[in-house]
Amino acid sequence: MANILEELQPLFRDILDQPNLRITRESNSSNVEGWDSLAHINLVTAIEQEYNVKFSIDELLVLKNVGEMVDLMEIKLAAK
Amino acid sequence: MRLDACSIQELLRSKSKLRRQLQNHSCRDLRIAVLRGSTVNEMIEFAELFLLVEGFRCTFYQSEYNKYYEEAVLDSERIVKFRPDIVYVHTSCMNLQGWPPLSATEADHESFVAGEFSRFQQIWHSLQQNVGSHIIQNNFELPPFRVLGNLDSIAYGGRAKFVNRLNVEFANEALNDPRLFVQDVNALSAALGSRNWFDWERWYSYKIMTTPAASLALARSVTAIVRALYGRSRKCLVLDLDNTLWGGVIGDDGPENIKIGRETAVGEAYTAFQEYCLMLRSRGILLAVCSKNDEETAKQGFEHPDSVLKLSHFSAFRANWEPKHENLTAIAKELNLGIDSLVFVDDNPAERALVASQLPMVAVPDVGSDVTQFIPALEAGGYFETVRVSAEDFSRADTYAANSQRALLKSKFRDYGEYLDSLQMTAEIDAFKPVYLDRITQLTNKTNQFNLTTRRYTAAEIQKMSLDPAYITLYGKLTDAFGDNGLVSVIVGRKDGSTLHIELWLMSCRVLKRDLELAMLDELVTRAQAAGIETIVGYYYRTPRNSMVADHYRRMGFECESQDPDGGQSMWRLQLTTDYQPKRRYIQLKDLVHT
Repeated sequence: MANILEELQPLFRDILDQPNLRITRESNSSNVEGWDSLAHINLVTAIEQEYNVKFSIDELLVLKNVGEMVDLMEIKLAAK
Repeated sequence: MRLDACSIQELLRSKSKLRRQLQNHSCRDLRIAVLRGSTVNEMIEFAELFLLVEGFRCTFYQSEYNKYYEEAVLDSERIVKFRPDIVYVHTSCMNLQGWPPLSATEADHESFVAGEFSRFQQIWHSLQQNVGSHIIQNNFELPPFRVLGNLDSIAYGGRAKFVNRLNVEFANEALNDPRLFVQDVNALSAALGSRNWFDWERWYSYKIMTTPAASLALARSVTAIVRALYGRSRKCLVLDLDNTLWGGVIGDDGPENIKIGRETAVGEAYTAFQEYCLMLRSRGILLAVCSKNDEETAKQGFEHPDSVLKLSHFSAFRANWEPKHENLTAIAKELNLGIDSLVFVDDNPAERALVASQLPMVAVPDVGSDVTQFIPALEAGGYFETVRVSAEDFSRADTYAANSQRALLKSKFRDYGEYLDSLQMTAEIDAFKPVYLDRITQLTNKTNQFNLTTRRYTAAEIQKMSLDPAYITLYGKLTDAFGDNGLVSVIVGRKDGSTLHIELWLMSCRVLKRDLELAMLDELVTRAQAAGIETIVGYYYRTPRNSMVADHYRRMGFECESQDPDGGQSMWRLQLTTDYQPKRRYIQLKDLVHT
């Protein structure tokens, strides 16, 4: 689980264009600067492309932070 | 900066970084107002990058979501204030409102078409009156479902029929209005496929209608249209020959044996590609050849009875052994075109990489090495997009044929070394091994161009030499950043006292100009010295096909001992001293475990 979080660090840094950014399980749009609705779409899209997973509409609605997204990704990747 | 080489993942992730890297380009400013029926940020961000590469620094205005009609017709003040150079009306079939009912009659159908079409006519007229810029207008994809099945495009109540009819109306309007340019989203979505075009999760969540792949296709298409609007479409397709315009290597196989024509599947595939190129020529795109071949040999390929392309179809023809980027520069100069007018197609990724790195303004689509994918790869680039086509286009290539002049450019090798470095080449060079004897025998019998003596051997002879201490044998396998080129060079030296006679030295054309021959020489010298050899003697015997190596031994640092007056045979000598300096610079030798 720590693995995916670490893997996502460079992706977040690229999308949010912040080279020193460090995201944690608690990170979300209210506590990370630059994570507005446009960035949110870019993040989700990039993650879907990179990991070849698809988040459904329900899933996207209830995710509260990066930790929950990482957990969900674990499940999806294990199911492959 | 090669965006063509970036994957979707890279483009999605690195938009900010790429934008910064591309900003230093010399650009003209361009203002594009996007009137949108969906969320288009992703597509616009892609388009911004592609347009930067093409020399356009863009500022975008976006209408409010789904207010494309209102902002164009009812309240165009904000668009006017933005002073756009181009207004892009990004609508899709999801924005169509006045669908006819399933029970529609012919009269109903006509009136619904007229109603919907007039909405768009109002948009265009209002924009032209108030803004006066070019308009790029999407036509419509086929709707994502066909309730009437195959009748959906036939019955008057069918939505597919409605969309097809509207697209015809859009096309007619564009034909008569030079300021209106229709972007054929119907064709773009068909190329990707409906399932890969619409993105339902993102549509319902964010009102993004397209998948990232479709956004990318749209961005490329808009970029191609902008290039066309500003007269910067590409004008010349430069083609490699071997395994690009025909199957096989003409220098080795002979002109009779190249694969073209309808006898074989491979031949048919190459014929189809030649026909496509000829059609491009017929609409005014110039064709040129850039091939690593003897000129005479190369030209023979077009005398093949099944060759669709003829020599006269080419406005420039460069077949030689010089680096391709130099030839492309010369072709541009010869045809009086900017270097950014060229599109280069070659099945060999190393050649593509060389040209891409040395000539960033040349378009180098990744056509792969499978001929059946050449056309789709070229199509996806939209390189030859045009605003209109005229009689002058149809006769352009012939005009160039009449005016052609040859101009040779000074060689600039300064960056070629960097290219060779970037290939990260390693070579495995060793004495003949049992596992390679078959391949070695094959090479000795089919290599004709880089072959100093063209001496042929049977498998038995090769094996005998591999075991005979009177011979120093060498094979060379070359690997580079693009993969393993396989076993591509062979040397056979026969000892006679303290002299070594090189009875065979050959190399595959695939790896010319990589300095592999220097690496082979270094290893030959090492082994010769270890065996007490003081002199190496090389021989050149000219054949109709090996003129390219007439001065090979001179280039390797040998002295010419004797030469036939007509140059048909020559003998060369290299004295081995303790201070022989290894000549290879760009190739690492693989460490071999000796048992």
